[in-house]
Amino acid sequence: MITGNIITDFSLLILFLPLVAFTINIFFGKRLPRQGDWVSIGAILITLILSLSMLLNMFMNWDPDFSHEAKFIWMDLGAFKIELGFWVDNITIVMLVVVSLISSMTHIFSLEYLKGDIRYSRYYAYLGLFTFSMNGIVLANNLISLYIFWELVGVSSYLLIAHWFEKPSAAAAGKKAFLTNRVGDIGFFIGIMLMFTAIGSFNIQEVFTGVGQGLIGGTLLTFAGIGLFMGAVGKSSQFPLHIWLPDAMEGPTPVSALMHAATMVAAGVYLTVRLFPLFSPDALLVIAYVGGFTALFAASIAITQNDIKKVLAYSTISQLGYMILAVGVGNYIAAFFHLLTHAMFKACLFYGSGSVIHAMHHSLHALDDHDTDPQDMRNMGGFKSKMPITYLTMIIATLAISGVPFFSGFLSKDAILAGSLGFAQHYPQHFLLPVFGFGAAAITAFYMFRLIFMTFHGEAKMPKVFKGIHESPRVMTFPLMLLSGLSIFIFYTLPYLNPLSDHGWFTELIRAGDSVVPGNPTAHEIGEGVHHAHYTAMALSLLVAGLGIGLSYLMYLKKKLSAEVWANKMGFLYKLSYNKYYFDENYDRFLYQPFLKLSRAVAYVDWDLYDKYFINGFGRVTKWLSFHTGRIDYDGLDQSIVDGIGRTAQGFGKQLKQVQTGRLQNYMLFALVGVIIILVIQTI
Amino acid sequence: MDSLTNYLFVSVVLFALGLYGVITRRNGVAVLMGVELILNSANINFLAFARFGGMNMAGHVFALFVIVLAAAEAAVALAIIINIFNNFHTINVDDVSELKQ
Repeated sequence: MITGNIITDFSLLILFLPLVAFTINIFFGKRLPRQGDWVSIGAILITLILSLSMLLNMFMNWDPDFSHEAKFIWMDLGAFKIELGFWVDNITIVMLVVVSLISSMTHIFSLEYLKGDIRYSRYYAYLGLFTFSMNGIVLANNLISLYIFWELVGVSSYLLIAHWFEKPSAAAAGKKAFLTNRVGDIGFFIGIMLMFTAIGSFNIQEVFTGVGQGLIGGTLLTFAGIGLFMGAVGKSSQFPLHIWLPDAMEGPTPVSALMHAATMVAAGVYLTVRLFPLFSPDALLVIAYVGGFTALFAASIAITQNDIKKVLAYSTISQLGYMILAVGVGNYIAAFFHLLTHAMFKACLFYGSGSVIHAMHHSLHALDDHDTDPQDMRNMGGFKSKMPITYLTMIIATLAISGVPFFSGFLSKDAILAGSLGFAQHYPQHFLLPVFGFGAAAITAFYMFRLIFMTFHGEAKMPKVFKGIHESPRVMTFPLMLLSGLSIFIFYTLPYLNPLSDHGWFTELIRAGDSVVPGNPTAHEIGEGVHHAHYTAMALSLLVAGLGIGLSYLMYLKKKLSAEVWANKMGFLYKLSYNKYYFDENYDRFLYQPFLKLSRAVAYVDWDLYDKYFINGFGRVTKWLSFHTGRIDYDGLDQSIVDGIGRTAQGFGKQLKQVQTGRLQNYMLFALVGVIIILVIQTI
Repeated sequence: MDSLTNYLFVSVVLFALGLYGVITRRNGVAVLMGVELILNSANINFLAFARFGGMNMAGHVFALFVIVLAAAEAAVALAIIINIFNNFHTINVDDVSELKQ
């Protein structure tokens, strides 16, 4: 068609169709019928179909080693070239399907959720921009274009978080997300540049080759790896840059589902999965600890949050920590597997929360109540009977995230836990990693069921509001049903049907590659470790999930254990968790305020000292000089010399004109006198 | 008596008279008459030098040309004077000083 290669053609279309939709909507959206939402939806559905056909193609070929690269030279600077291109393998294809699927669902869900919004067409345009940039990350074959799309994703995230920028909190959240990501991106860029200086290429596969040849090694490779990982820390909201994601929930809920749960935040994980072969053992250890700690730490915050979206936000951070942990312990295929399953059930949970918030919002609106927070779970309760579809789909997704067998989350979580356990068995000094993992698993099960029980079970806390609650319309429940369906294990284990093993198309088609760093364990060794730990991990994870669910059941449904009493008993810990470990406050006190003070001091030096004395001094001296040279020029030169010449000519003229008497005889006399003078002179 | 000096003497007297007339007369026509006298003194000079200077007929021819020119000049000058009279109602040359600054 366009390039002659069907995979490249499809990739091109998948990449650029959303951009076309963005361009149309941003310029003409308001003038189009229905504000142009059909343009975006059409584009994203075509993208989805193309991605699915690529997936189908992958199944038909059944080739685990499939890899396709297409590139062209963007800049030829003599000494080095910068290329752009696609690197398509099975991981790419699966990721493309995830992005376009969740993105399509978001487009459809937003039809109702954003109905009547003042910036409706712009919202759809930004969704298109995001999908374009995300697909760009997924398809990129080199670090520089990866970085470009990485930043584009950051921009579209900023634009969408701050969609309701009239709310100061939303505008601030957008800014916070952007700036926090910026911190990570600096590391990312340093990492890219370190790689480039050592290897001389941005192309990911050439970088792998270069690392394998030992062009970069030792501490430098570790630093480069950690630099690249910093990008992932920012984008995937890992400790200590996790602070932006909960605030990002200020954006519209479908956006939270698409970007801040399923795809964009997974970009960091995707990056580490893609670049896994080049991480040195030390870098991987850092990655593992960051991931593991984030998983437990974020989960412990999620326990005490009352805002339904905040719970999900911290849950997302925690789950991303899981994936990062899996990459760190070398089981990066499990990380990608969890990315895939997590995208489905977390998007489903977010749509579910969106559905609940939507219902709350409408009910409150009908009551003319604008003070009650429609996202606070303490105002909910008993919604099960009013919103059966939302309830059921959310239950399925919750079971999946808690790691209950027969659901997708069980398979992927199990793989991750087995990986961390296998790693700890091999290196007993890192026993903390599986502790993080299992701890987070227990807490996850607990807080997710807490969310379900508080929202859907028990008595309605606000009966008046409860009366106005209705199930959301079809366009909102359809994505819920589809995604909860995709949280069932069977979609991931086909063609096998064993619910307890992740063995299936995914593990057959997506195989772990060996690390190119000398000294790292091979994929086979890691696989062996995982295999050994598999049954222990499964038993343990079932145990902790059961523990979490059981505790939640006793506390929030049966009320056998009072949550308040427990909270009081562990007052300090409760407060710590409730206030998110005071991270924002401490960042404020120890980072922003000193930084602001420094900025003010610098501004003082710059403005009050440098500008006022030095720069303005220059101005004053120049003014003085100009004044005096002006005086010399005007008063001296102009008045005396330039005007003087004129005056002299005038004076001469005045004198001479007296000769012109007008008397004929005078002239004659002059002529005569002249002749006489000439004659006299001649005779002498 | 028949010598160059005598002729030149007459010519000088005529020239001086003509010049005097040109310079002193206020009347435009009188000024013109002075000019004619000067021209005639020049003619006498031509002829005298032709006769005594060995120039053969060249002096005569020149004298004839001068007479013709004098006639033309007189016609032009009279036309000017008529025009002056038409414009200023006088032929007094001292009153015609419009171009004086």
